[in-house]
Amino acid sequence: MMQVHLRYFASIREALGCGSEAWQTAATTVGALRTELLGRGAAFQCLAADKPVRMALNQVMCQPSDALTPGCEVGFFPPVTGG
Amino acid sequence: MSARVSIQTEDFNLAQEIERLRLNDARVGAVCSFVGTVRDTRALTGQAHDEVQAMALEHYPGMTEKSIEAMIDAAHQRFDIYQARVIHRVGELAPTDQIVMVAVTSAHRGESFKACEFLMDYLKTQAPFWKKEHTPQGAQWVDARVTDDQALARWGIQAAN
Repeated sequence: MMQVHLRYFASIREALGCGSEAWQTAATTVGALRTELLGRGAAFQCLAADKPVRMALNQVMCQPSDALTPGCEVGFFPPVTGG
Repeated sequence: MSARVSIQTEDFNLAQEIERLRLNDARVGAVCSFVGTVRDTRALTGQAHDEVQAMALEHYPGMTEKSIEAMIDAAHQRFDIYQARVIHRVGELAPTDQIVMVAVTSAHRGESFKACEFLMDYLKTQAPFWKKEHTPQGAQWVDARVTDDQALARWGIQAAN
C-alpha cells in the first residue's frame, strides 16, 4: 500500500463533492487506481471506464499504464474546455 | 525576461502586453495575437434557450502553468519566434469578456502566425481549464469538441483530449 494525493476537477469534483484527498492505494498504475476508486460507491461511477475521464500524474497528462509512486499526485477530470 | 504565462481573474490589456513583448527588441518585425472572448450563443442563434448569462472557468493550479510553459517551449522548437506570452483568465466572466490571449513575436509574419495558432490549438485540448455556462436552464459544463482535437492533429500531435 502507498499513499497518493487525489485531485478532482469540474464535473468530477462536483459529483464527488470533494476537490482533493489523501488515499491509501493497493494499485500500482493510474488505470488500476481508477478501477479501485470505482469500488468506493455510487458517486465514483463518474470515473467508470465508459466515462470520458482524463488523468494527470504529478500534473502531467498521463496514460492508464503509468506507474504510481509514493506521495504522487493523481488528477481526475473531464476533457478540457479552455481557450 | 518577464513571465510567459499568467493565470488570473483580472482582465488584461492586449496593447500593453504587445508593447512589453516588442519594445526594446529591434529584431521583431511581426507580432501576431489572438484573443478569445465569452460568447453568448443566443446572439448567434436568436434562440432564447441558448442564452449564456455568465461563465465560470475552473483550472488545475500548478498543472495549468506547467502545461502552457511546455507548449511555449514546443512552439520555440517548431517556429523561429522570439517571445510568446499567454494569459488565461479564470473565475466568473460575462458575455463579451476577454478569456484568453496569445501573443507571439518574430522577425517575419509567417512564424508568428503559425506559432500563435499552434499555441491556441494546443491550449484548447491540453491545458486543464473547464468552462461552465450559466443559462436559463441552469448551469452546465461545456463539452469538449472533436474539432479541437482535429485542429491539434494538423500539427502532427495526436493527443486526444
